[in-house]
Amino acid sequence: MTAAPRPKKILATVSLAGCFGCHMSFLDIDERLLDLIELVEFHKSPLDDIKTFAKDCDIGLIEGGCCNDENVHTLIGFRKHCKTLVAVGECALMGGLPALRNFIPLKECLDEAYLHGATVAGTNPDRIIPNDPDIPKILDRVYPCHEIVKIDYFLPGCPPSADLIWDALVALVTGKELDWKYRTFKFD
Amino acid sequence: MASFVRFTLDGKTCLAEEGAQLVAAAKESGVYIPTLCNYPGIPPKGACRICTVLVNGIPQTACTTKVVEGMAVQTRTPELEAFRKSVVEILFAEGNHLCPSCERSGNCELQALAYRYRVAASPFPYMFPKREVEAWHPKLVKDHNRCIQCKRCIRGIHNADGKAVFAFGKRGDKVVINIDPETSKDISDELAQRAMDICPVGAIIRKGKGFDVPIGRRKYDHAPIGSEVQP
Repeated sequence: MTAAPRPKKILATVSLAGCFGCHMSFLDIDERLLDLIELVEFHKSPLDDIKTFAKDCDIGLIEGGCCNDENVHTLIGFRKHCKTLVAVGECALMGGLPALRNFIPLKECLDEAYLHGATVAGTNPDRIIPNDPDIPKILDRVYPCHEIVKIDYFLPGCPPSADLIWDALVALVTGKELDWKYRTFKFD
Repeated sequence: MASFVRFTLDGKTCLAEEGAQLVAAAKESGVYIPTLCNYPGIPPKGACRICTVLVNGIPQTACTTKVVEGMAVQTRTPELEAFRKSVVEILFAEGNHLCPSCERSGNCELQALAYRYRVAASPFPYMFPKREVEAWHPKLVKDHNRCIQCKRCIRGIHNADGKAVFAFGKRGDKVVINIDPETSKDISDELAQRAMDICPVGAIIRKGKGFDVPIGRRKYDHAPIGSEVQP
């Protein structure tokens, strides 16, 4: 008698205030993607373009921190629909490059970007800072994901290496503890 | 001739010259005690506390402790390891340590300690303090975002006249370590390099140089800090 096949874990991914580099690194697991689709079913993710949660997921991978209200809304949605949330990469872990604006008051940032910056001279005669209600509202600063919702695991790196993402996914799918390799635990 | 004393490290009996610095004596005996503000050849300060060990049961910084006869030292209790991890976590939350854009990444002692203690994200709220980058000095850049105020540069870098090149400014939580424009203006390239090397993080950077060691050949790319002393 053969054992019943293990039900596939359901995986969701998202890029918040990130550069999609972590998703690119995820794709760098190369031919192991073929093994992965035997183990998991992709749900809401930019990789398959499913945009809303139709069901609850087992694993959510979060790239990027929170720089606007839409990021916060999305992240809270992921927390609600995913059993395990994993923050992936420097931006999700501590804000990363977008957090370079955290030292500057928001008004100064927007003024520089839309009114006074060298590249906007003469292009914004009405001196409008974009305020369409459809545009997500920018937050006072960029927040790491774990300062918004509970995060279960953290994968460091900019981006985390494909090997680390693979090892972490295997550990999550099989329920075994991740065997950290020094080579893959890096911040750059 | 120097007299030797007997002491124990995690229960193992060791020998050291009387009055030797505990960090150095432990290293001689193959025991790694992590350090950050300590640097061989300059007076110890006990500033960062990461080398805290139990000496006869009492927490003490190993960099400022001298070995005496019969001393019983514990370096590896779960509490000490958790405390050391917290020191790294606090330092990461307190300053602006953006490793991916830092020249010292891969050669940074703070980052290497974070690797060693598996600090992925700090559990303390990131403070994102507004700090300056002084780029107007002729040979050096002082990036206050990355400075952990270990004072290694103040203690270890002096110009040809023996005057300190680095000095404190301000007080309390506003304290900064500044480059003295007078004593630093004529420093040699070698001294500028030594200043960069003595900094455990990327707060002192030599101008006109950077990212000259590729990823994969940097100091902490392959083995954890301290593994040369104790695997």
